[in-house]
Amino acid sequence: MTSVQPSFAAGVRLGIPYAVVGFVLSMSFGVLARQAGFSAAQAIVTAAVVFAGSAQFAGLAVLATGGTAAAAIAAGTLMNGRFLAMGTALAPSLPGGPARRALQGQAVVDSSWALANRGDGSFDRWLLFGTTVPQYATWVLGTVVGALSGDLLGDTDRLGLDAVFPTFFLGILIAELRDRRSRTVALLGAGIALALVPFTPPGVPILAAALAALLGLRR
Amino acid sequence: MTVWLTILGLAATTVLVKAAGPVLFGGREPHPAFLRVVAMMAPALLAALVVTSLFADGKQLGAGADTVGVLAGGVLLWRGRSVVLAVLVAVVVTAVLRALV
Repeated sequence: MTSVQPSFAAGVRLGIPYAVVGFVLSMSFGVLARQAGFSAAQAIVTAAVVFAGSAQFAGLAVLATGGTAAAAIAAGTLMNGRFLAMGTALAPSLPGGPARRALQGQAVVDSSWALANRGDGSFDRWLLFGTTVPQYATWVLGTVVGALSGDLLGDTDRLGLDAVFPTFFLGILIAELRDRRSRTVALLGAGIALALVPFTPPGVPILAAALAALLGLRR
Repeated sequence: MTVWLTILGLAATTVLVKAAGPVLFGGREPHPAFLRVVAMMAPALLAALVVTSLFADGKQLGAGADTVGVLAGGVLLWRGRSVVLAVLVAVVVTAVLRALV
């Protein structure tokens, strides 16, 4: 337990750049949600209780085009499918009984999971918790700002805010490309996802791309 | 009503999905091959997330001003610059391209 504090503090520091980007990203969510007919309160509650960018945007896209709640929930849940893979990976690094483990699993967001990954299959859980904390704070704050000032910002596409999300994940990805195998797996995962886009609901291509990780079975 | 239902539903499924892995696969010594596959999950999933957000619009494939902007940000990231700077450049390039076209 001696290494708890330094690891957590290091995580908070590592999380800050992602928290800054997350602020802009969740601000654009707030603006888009208002445009899709959410009240400011609904937009803010979404950020606070869902706290999963890709799922929120996917669900919002369905509602914005007149889809049902069930379709929106399904789209968002599929986008979250990758957390199933991430949680499975993280499992051996978490202590405690089922309830405690389930609770610790809630701290997973893409960047915190990737940064806490030691690269040998194990995870620094305190680093993970630390990285998530500033990101949760700015995620909620960004949506508050976006939801309340959306009319001032106007068209987020014109402002280029849709470029935030992919660049954010590209940053996390590049940090992960440590060796030749990881680069091969990334290319294969990207290929699987793009090949499936025309044929499956959004979210499925990303989940299916996890199959590329099976290359790890080779020594 | 539809909006609140969606919010509650998404919150519930997100909690369940995030809890499933740690609850079902915890507390045992993992096999080395399992750990090697796990280590490769991040590049596979993140690459898929990036390319689908760049090139997919629903079920359509295509590229736009945002693709160029993100690639510009990607060059900076590859050179080791901060994610904040890269996002800023990506947004500015995208906005400028849209203003011009």
